[in-house]
Amino acid sequence: MSQIENPETKSKKKKNRKSGKKPHKMTSLHNSEAALLRLKKRRAKEGRFILWGRLAIGFAVASLMWLLFSLVGTGYTAFTQHFITLDVKLEASILDPTDIRDPEKLRAANYRRLIQTSMQAQIEGVTDRKEKRALFNLVSASGATNYVRQKVYKNPNLVGQTLTVTVPTSDEVDQLLKGYIDRETPEARRKVSNQQIEWIDELVDRGVIKPKFNTIFFTGTDSRDPELAGIASAVVGSLMLLSVAFILAFPIGVGAAIYLDEFAPKNKWTDLIEININNLAAVPSIVFGLLGLAVFLNFFGMPRSAPLVGGMVLALRAFPTITIATRAALRSVSPSITNGALSVGASHVQAVFHHKLPLAAPGILTGTIIGMAQVLGETAPLLMIGMVAFVTEIPTSVMEPASALPVQIFLWSDSAERAWSERTSAAIIILLLVLITMNGFAIWLRNKLEKRR
Amino acid sequence: MKMFKIASAYALTVSLTALLTACGGNTNTQSSTETQSNAIESAKVDTRVKDIRIVGSSTVYPFSTKVAQEFGNKTGFKVVVESTGSGGGHKLFCDGNGPETADVTNSSRRQKKSEFEMCTENGVEGVIEVKIGYDGIVIANAIDAAPIDMRLKDIYLAFAKQVPVSDTDCTLQPNPYTNWQDINPDLPPQTIEAYGPPPTSGTRDAFVEIAMEGGAKTIPCLAVLRKNDKKAFGNIAHTLREDGKWIDGGENDNALVQTLVNTPSAIGVFGYSFLDQNTDKIKGGYVDGAEPSFENISSGVYPVSRSLYFYLKKDHVGKTPGLQEYALEFTSEEASGPGGYLEDIGLVPLTDAERAKVRADVENLRAYSQ
Repeated sequence: MSQIENPETKSKKKKNRKSGKKPHKMTSLHNSEAALLRLKKRRAKEGRFILWGRLAIGFAVASLMWLLFSLVGTGYTAFTQHFITLDVKLEASILDPTDIRDPEKLRAANYRRLIQTSMQAQIEGVTDRKEKRALFNLVSASGATNYVRQKVYKNPNLVGQTLTVTVPTSDEVDQLLKGYIDRETPEARRKVSNQQIEWIDELVDRGVIKPKFNTIFFTGTDSRDPELAGIASAVVGSLMLLSVAFILAFPIGVGAAIYLDEFAPKNKWTDLIEININNLAAVPSIVFGLLGLAVFLNFFGMPRSAPLVGGMVLALRAFPTITIATRAALRSVSPSITNGALSVGASHVQAVFHHKLPLAAPGILTGTIIGMAQVLGETAPLLMIGMVAFVTEIPTSVMEPASALPVQIFLWSDSAERAWSERTSAAIIILLLVLITMNGFAIWLRNKLEKRR
Repeated sequence: MKMFKIASAYALTVSLTALLTACGGNTNTQSSTETQSNAIESAKVDTRVKDIRIVGSSTVYPFSTKVAQEFGNKTGFKVVVESTGSGGGHKLFCDGNGPETADVTNSSRRQKKSEFEMCTENGVEGVIEVKIGYDGIVIANAIDAAPIDMRLKDIYLAFAKQVPVSDTDCTLQPNPYTNWQDINPDLPPQTIEAYGPPPTSGTRDAFVEIAMEGGAKTIPCLAVLRKNDKKAFGNIAHTLREDGKWIDGGENDNALVQTLVNTPSAIGVFGYSFLDQNTDKIKGGYVDGAEPSFENISSGVYPVSRSLYFYLKKDHVGKTPGLQEYALEFTSEEASGPGGYLEDIGLVPLTDAERAKVRADVENLRAYSQ
């Protein structure tokens, strides 16, 4: 664009210089043919600029829409899932042959056979070993056995009774019913056999398999099985990371900016510090991970995979952003405000904290939220400190192993099973929603503070 | 006033975090009725009882996490599995013998001699090697594209940077082949175009070491060179061409599968489990007449397959509760036996005899030596 326009502007400058030689001929300057031509050219240029601007916005909006549509298009199906209702007979002879009802023994018992038996009760005439296996594969093996297992572990008295459970179907059944596995594909190339499809259709007709809202996705922790995987542990991990990073980076970042801008002497040392802070903002984030590994883990001996360490590393990432934004915000406050305060006898500290800082607050908060949003999306530094991990429990403190939402998205996207793709998209939707909420909060806060100005 | 607002927002976040830290136990299903002091106490207990810490290969990661999940369900032990890559895993594993170091490292290849020595140097002695199964590396293309059946030699000639002028004359020339038919008239008349794993990937190492080297060995004059100068042979066999016929794909194999669907003339190189999950979109190419199938990889008929391992610190057994039990779960019939839950997600199992031997090593805590 600029390359095309440059010669034009040059020629225009030359013309202006020429006409500028005779400034007193004002009338001809505005009405002459040359002037009108110039005006026309200028207007055309302005028009072109606006057109380019619109195209730029259009392009940005179109790419965003494309991203959102493709995400929502593949992701929305993950919010429902197919469940199967089974009557599971908790036979004592299988679970507890010795009849002691020891919870630990009950937990380690073989629940697979119970589920197999209850599946065979649903479809009659399945006797062949291979067929039995195919039938069992309709239900989420890990999900069903573990659901019953934990029930019995908590309440050993259930042994001998019949339990009606609603458990997820296997991911393949879910994918078939959602239309991601094409029924027209030749059987040999399909993950679900013709017979299985027959069974599935029968169970759907009888209402044994039903789609339901996928609560597991929101309350569950990470799992190797897509039908059992949830984002709860990753979201809690991310919140912990954000909190630690905020607690550290906000006061340090804002404090550093206030000192550098208001109180520090202007010499080569403060110049050097300023350059370094600006550079820090551009350092690739993996470097912070290496730093965290060397300093926090190896030198201070802090635990691996802990959100505390992750938060400290990410605080380093967010701190320069916050400092730079704060300094920009402080500079945008009119000097007359400080001068006014100083003139009526306020000390320098009072002038800054009572008058300047409150006016700079909206800018500071916006910068902080942007810094925090960056932190929320980071994965690279977390790899080095061991947070790219499979964690099956919701962390309860910042010292416990945890993962983070972007890390989980990354790990899910690289898994082989087809069902992961919709879940990956759904997790990205959640991440975007959190970001939108954060930015929305920032805008709300800014408006609120600006109104009171 | 406004300063106070900012300060109070900050204080709110701090206290929320403290609350999250202290009362987090309430979200845990095991302790829903605990008071705050109890939760703090139980947090203390949690730091005392060590989790099982696993690092290593991203290829073994899906199997390791599956076992971790099933094992956790059955016993309540907590297992944390990190995906760091084989090399990174060995480094962390051999970093030291203290309780804060990893208990297990997963590996998509055997531990190297240098890594074993690093372990010994850092006081990690008594490492138990556990072979868990096999992983085939497949050469696949789109389902509707022409089927491929290549010899290992074809693979070498198609992807090496430098190839001998002929079978008997080992004067090297830059790879002249641009079409599959230039190499072998039985192959489809298509330009050579392959997407494969990047150099950081263990799959790439295995492809180069097994397929490329295996192919180079079948050329008589290179076989002679291999006997005389192993290093020179290694250079010739292991260097992939850089003229755009071999394209480094990303680490993400799902994206690779999508590329193959969109480009029917291209072939792709990746792990067997991605072929297994996408048989409606892509098909595996035959190598030396063998189809990449479960049975063929398991029996070794399909030539491009590798063994998967994990390594365990003997000294940590007893100190990390549940560690040996985890290894026993991994080597149990229910997990890695034929028809086990790991086979369901694409692990090609060991033979029963092999598994029995490996399991005995775990039971008796028999350390291995290089």
